Amino acid sequence: MDLLAFFDIAVLDGTVRLGVPLLLACLAGLYSERAGIFDIGLEGKMLIAAFLAAGVSFTTGSVWLGLIAGVLASVILSLLHGLASITFRGNQLISGVAINFFASGITVVAAQAWFGEGGRTPSLSGAARFESIQFPGALTRIRDIAKADLPMKVYSELLSGHTIIVYLCILIVPFVWWTLYRTRFGLRLRAVGENPGAVDTAGISVYRMRYSAVIICGVLCGLAGAYLSTGLQAGFVREMTAGRGYIALAALIFAKWRPWQALGATMLFGYLQALAIRPDILERAIGIRVQTQVLDALPYVLTVIVLAGFVGKAIPPRAGGEAYVKER
Amino acid sequence: MTAPAPAIELVGISKAFGPVQANKDISIRVMPGTIHGIIGENGAGKSTLMSILYGFYKADAGEVFINGQKTDIPDSQAAIAAGIGMVFQHFKLVENFTVLENVILGVEDGFLLRPSLTKARKELKQLSEEYELHVDPDAIIEEIGVGMQQRVEILKALYRQADILILDEPTGVLTPAEADQLFRILGRLREEGKTIILITHKLREIMEITDTVSVMRRGEMTATVKTAETDPAQLAELMVGRKVLLQVDKVPAKPGDVILDVQNLNITDAQGVHRVKNVSFNIRAGEILGIAGVAGNGQSELLEVLGGYEKGTGTITVNGQPIDLTGKYSDGQSRRKRGIAHVPEDRQREGLVMNFSAWENTAFGYHSDPRYQKNALFMDHAAIKADTAEKMERFDVRPPNPLLAAKNFSGGNQQKIVVAREIERNPDVLLIGQPTRGVDIGAIEFIHKQIVALRDQGKAILLVSVELDEIMSLSDRIAVMFDGRIMGERLPQDTNVQELGLLMAGVQGDAA
Repeated sequence: MDLLAFFDIAVLDGTVRLGVPLLLACLAGLYSERAGIFDIGLEGKMLIAAFLAAGVSFTTGSVWLGLIAGVLASVILSLLHGLASITFRGNQLISGVAINFFASGITVVAAQAWFGEGGRTPSLSGAARFESIQFPGALTRIRDIAKADLPMKVYSELLSGHTIIVYLCILIVPFVWWTLYRTRFGLRLRAVGENPGAVDTAGISVYRMRYSAVIICGVLCGLAGAYLSTGLQAGFVREMTAGRGYIALAALIFAKWRPWQALGATMLFGYLQALAIRPDILERAIGIRVQTQVLDALPYVLTVIVLAGFVGKAIPPRAGGEAYVKER
Repeated sequence: MTAPAPAIELVGISKAFGPVQANKDISIRVMPGTIHGIIGENGAGKSTLMSILYGFYKADAGEVFINGQKTDIPDSQAAIAAGIGMVFQHFKLVENFTVLENVILGVEDGFLLRPSLTKARKELKQLSEEYELHVDPDAIIEEIGVGMQQRVEILKALYRQADILILDEPTGVLTPAEADQLFRILGRLREEGKTIILITHKLREIMEITDTVSVMRRGEMTATVKTAETDPAQLAELMVGRKVLLQVDKVPAKPGDVILDVQNLNITDAQGVHRVKNVSFNIRAGEILGIAGVAGNGQSELLEVLGGYEKGTGTITVNGQPIDLTGKYSDGQSRRKRGIAHVPEDRQREGLVMNFSAWENTAFGYHSDPRYQKNALFMDHAAIKADTAEKMERFDVRPPNPLLAAKNFSGGNQQKIVVAREIERNPDVLLIGQPTRGVDIGAIEFIHKQIVALRDQGKAILLVSVELDEIMSLSDRIAVMFDGRIMGERLPQDTNVQELGLLMAGVQGDAA
């Protein structure tokens, strides 16, 4: 038994890498749901963004163009969700599920038609991928890191060597918190998710608030998806989101729709995912060999536990899931 | 000196929703610095008219003049800009925001909240001193009482520099003391030159506070008079279109044996909140026990347990025989077999299935009635329809069409369908909750007569109502509930609204 192994730098490093897409998707859901639009389609939006980001990056050789394409695709799906659930007052769950099915199918079909590699994109390299950013003086070779002392390990492995999206993510949580609680936009956004009638009678357009929230949600989902295929991995494979959209939703409930707590929740899920790819470390920590299948299932098991309400009472935004109909 | 321009002048306003003409050619002038009442039955078009004035609906025809200027009000923003503030019947507050946040919502001064909050805090302090509108700016809305929530709504309007304030049924949720306080505030606002429009269906309020009053009936404005030159009977007649008995006509009760006896009833709801605490009372044959109280003090739960669809602990007997409170026989069906009929408080949620027709609704709860069966397998629809048609006839349900869906009847007629279903079963005990909520004056009169007639046949009646006037005029005894307890019992002839109001607010009888 070596409980310190739980804090193995490699696992923590993996936590950050794997937690970032969850965090982005979770914050995407936070904006949308705080405005009263439930969005089960995070998964689909990430998937389509992952595909287009990889496809366009490969074709143009520029990861930035790929990122823009991915974000745009995700925003378009968001607007579709908005159209269905805000303008046409449709059922938000059904619209979200439809988006997930659509994305799951179209990405494989389009990838096959485009590249003919069995529903995947070719591997990305060079400028078609987000490069790791190495801090000055950081060690890059695994053998060197293994021999270094702890501060150097932390510096080289945990802090250094991530992509630009990960570093941007460090700023995003305080930014989301600030917009939500310190700005006019945030006040109106939270109000529209709680009582759209109050917003409407105050002379603010409920539709405009909700559409802005849905668009922000699309942008963040797009970032999350693009990061999956161009930062975390080098290319798109079918269903590569692997339920991350749903895990992000569970994290959102876990966090009770609050940004800092969302960071904690997504990092916890990220940690479990990171642990799952390093069964040797878990074995060192608890002294028992755990089957990888069990480890792989852990984040999803935690999702089920969270959704079943074992984390205390989570009260969603009160007007969530309901289309706004003007009435006295 | 010329007369000042009216603060509000509506000319020829019309509005139709599909085939329903909600407002027909309505014209009205309200002078500045006055309180103008608009009274009418439910569905008379009062709220529609005010929603047009607040930019919620667009009128089909007609013009609006504010302070003599023709003004277009396409949306709420325009109404606010024109100096109109509205306090809706159902408050438009964000429940988990603070008072301050609710006040600035929509009129923030800039992108950042902090300066607006600071400014609003200062201004709120001034306003609350000026108008006696005391609120804690940092309180969370869901944690304060409805009276204070209403003051927040008024403050919201004043913060937006409203000179014209519209209040839609403002006293529906208030205790008498809170209502008095509201009227003092309104009086104060009038002194400061604000113009107030008060929408209500309560004659007493109109007489008490308004300067002028307009009466609406079926979308039309039937009269506008000075309050001082009219009286409640005349207004009621104008509202309904015929003479109305405002006082229930009843002979003194001749109570017989105890029919319903409730001892130490305790009810804890699904959230673990203790809703009803050690409640005991009895009702004799030929007697109406009225339970007064502000909504949410345990009356609903009491009815639910007596009606058999919630669980409770304690002893309840009907004609000396105990009824099952937790086991197999604690359901509506078993209660009805024991002679307990129930007119639930919320007819749309508990009394009727809105999408079902009147005849289907009439069979609910009595579907095992042998008269309704054709054979062992099938129900006799024709018999139910015929039975429903007879009931509708006797209860003057309009239109008397058993095939029409419940949702297509007006509130008063829906209630008559429920009351007819329960009373016509000749129960020993009638539980009746909010019998006239959202029901027009004509139907109120009719339903009251039916309740008294049932009493005179020697039945025990438990009446739960938040309308004190109704409790006072119908009950033979009055019990007041507060926080799940019965605060005291009074005889209607020995008490008054003030005393009951104090009990309803939790002030013990002796201290009152």
